[in-house]
Amino acid sequence: MARPRLAVIKFASCDGCQLSLLDCEDELLAVAGAVEIANFPEASRAVHPGPYDVTLVEGSITTEHDAARIRAVRDETAVLITIGACATSGGIQALRNFADVGEMVRAVYARPDFISTLATSTPISAHVKVDYELRGCPIDKGQLLELVSALLAGRRPVLPSHSVCVECKLASRVCVMVAHGTPCLGPVTHAGCGALCPGYHRGCYGCFGPAETTNTATLAAQWQALGASRRDIHRAFRTFNAASEPFCREADAHG
Amino acid sequence: MSASGLPKTAAVLGPDGLQALIAALAARGMEVIGPVERDGAIVLDRIAGIADLPAGRTDRQEAGSYRLADRDDGALFGYAVGPQSWKRFLHRPVETLFRVRRIGQELAFEPPRETPPRTAFLGVRACELAAIAIQDRVLLGGAYVNTEYAARRAQTFLVAVNCGDPAATCFCTSHDTGPRAHSGYDVALTELLVDGRHEFLAEPGSDSGAALLAYLPTRPATAADWAAAAAVAARAAANMHRRMPSEGLKETLQAHPEHPRWEDVGQRCLACANCTMVCPTCFCTTIEDHSELDGLGAERVRRWDSCFAGDFSYVHGGAVRTQTRSRYRQWMTHKLAHWWDQYGTSGCVGCGRCIAWCPVGIDIAAEAAAFVESSKREEDAHGIA
Ligand code: SF4
Ligand code: SF4
Ligand code: SF4
Repeated sequence: MARPRLAVIKFASCDGCQLSLLDCEDELLAVAGAVEIANFPEASRAVHPGPYDVTLVEGSITTEHDAARIRAVRDETAVLITIGACATSGGIQALRNFADVGEMVRAVYARPDFISTLATSTPISAHVKVDYELRGCPIDKGQLLELVSALLAGRRPVLPSHSVCVECKLASRVCVMVAHGTPCLGPVTHAGCGALCPGYHRGCYGCFGPAETTNTATLAAQWQALGASRRDIHRAFRTFNAASEPFCREADAHG
Repeated sequence: MSASGLPKTAAVLGPDGLQALIAALAARGMEVIGPVERDGAIVLDRIAGIADLPAGRTDRQEAGSYRLADRDDGALFGYAVGPQSWKRFLHRPVETLFRVRRIGQELAFEPPRETPPRTAFLGVRACELAAIAIQDRVLLGGAYVNTEYAARRAQTFLVAVNCGDPAATCFCTSHDTGPRAHSGYDVALTELLVDGRHEFLAEPGSDSGAALLAYLPTRPATAADWAAAAAVAARAAANMHRRMPSEGLKETLQAHPEHPRWEDVGQRCLACANCTMVCPTCFCTTIEDHSELDGLGAERVRRWDSCFAGDFSYVHGGAVRTQTRSRYRQWMTHKLAHWWDQYGTSGCVGCGRCIAWCPVGIDIAAEAAAFVESSKREEDAHGIA
């Protein structure tokens, strides 16, 4: 059987998620053995034309040009996987959705008239059908390898949608919210990182976006009881997954 | 006299005797696990001697809050249960069940199990002995035995410690599971701090417990020691103010699946699953299969799951329990009601962990009381007896 052909395509993003793939040092040879890396400009200058069996898409859609490009990417691939918060929920750049983009452009660029951009940053799923989503800012390389090996074996990937709290407890961490009074987004955040921040005595920052069930209002009330201000809560929900519906709504409620 | 001919009498040992007890367990090839302070909590980990124990420390627990504090009597066990239970050592959070490799046309299965190491748990509280007995019933008692649990359980030596200073979240007296251990241990200790002396009354609960005590530097227990130990238990019981209703609880929960209280708690609950993770009797797991990139290797893993997770009730087409209220109802009615039908006991031992470690402080005892109370009001209003 021929190895599946893999492409990695970038939209508006910082490249961090693609780096997670390159960061799979120990497993990279196994990945290269299992799939044909046909188009991955960050790793190799040899770019082979489509169609591809699997395409990993990083980044969000912020220009007309990219809105057209993602449709072409979709047409060229059998399986489309979004990697990271940008591609999955619009990313940190979706903060523009809550501001005046024209004003931002004028503040940042010497020649605003050279800039052609959309008023919003939107996830890939707002434009084309997505087959699998990997959360995180950046993604977890273990989850990436899990998804790729599941696709190769034709089995269901193990990507649980429960809260970060479950991972926190599986890893025997002491809850920072209960034992230290530190506000944490873990109870409403999608698993995948292995509860990294609570392991360093920090509250979860919500990099993996909303979990399958989110009760953000009750969590926000508890944050307030722990001393967080409305502004703290607004800002906590307005980060890498600001445009995801539950986080957007909760940030608005404290705006 | 016991079967081995050893007298099952209690003895008294000092801190040096406790040190000798830990050393003797280690000398018998056991890994000794006990309470240690880490990250602002008292957790369970390997200990080498009494210097590792949280001397002079205590905990203040409330719904959704846990803080450590000093105490001035130098007690080694002057706190209640922490975030972890012994479940994590017996019914492990993540367990590889087998690995398999493809060699040519053959599949080679490798069970990863060697015989687990002999392990001693030091500082097991009465509620935790009750929880272990419940997990024994659930995981070993039926037609389908959890073989990994069975192997570990057979290698476990239990040193109980009777509680003298329960947390505000404790309610073992409601379930008759504490504060004093009655069975299920090899040795039970009561820490005695009277008249400037620091000693432990040690009661053997098994032949191996008696054999261990015979080997340690001890003195025989006097009537005064027994009285001091009884006073510790009495003080603990008197200081426990939280209560789980028992009268009619099972019937009330089972009779009201559509009670408005479920929606009420469903609004407050985060469905984060912390309560089930910390509960020493919750036993649910899921199975995950992983395969390697080369397609030649795979493994099957079992990990703790929770009735608060959406995937937990996933059947073809979707999850059965999409609302948080139905997940909370599942947890509470199973634990406090259906468990009786299934296993002949409540699923709650009154350790209070789910109350303290719920990030928003939902209190199962208060919820149960409110449920019974409001159903009673409703029935009175409708003239139901
Ligand atoms: S530290 Fe955060 S993620 Fe961990 S259990 Fe507590 S609330 Fe959940
Ligand atoms: S339900 Fe709560 S109080 Fe009861 S045994 Fe479980 S964690 Fe302890
Ligand atoms: S009762 Fe508390 S710990 Fe349990 S799922 Fe709800 S919010 Fe989480």
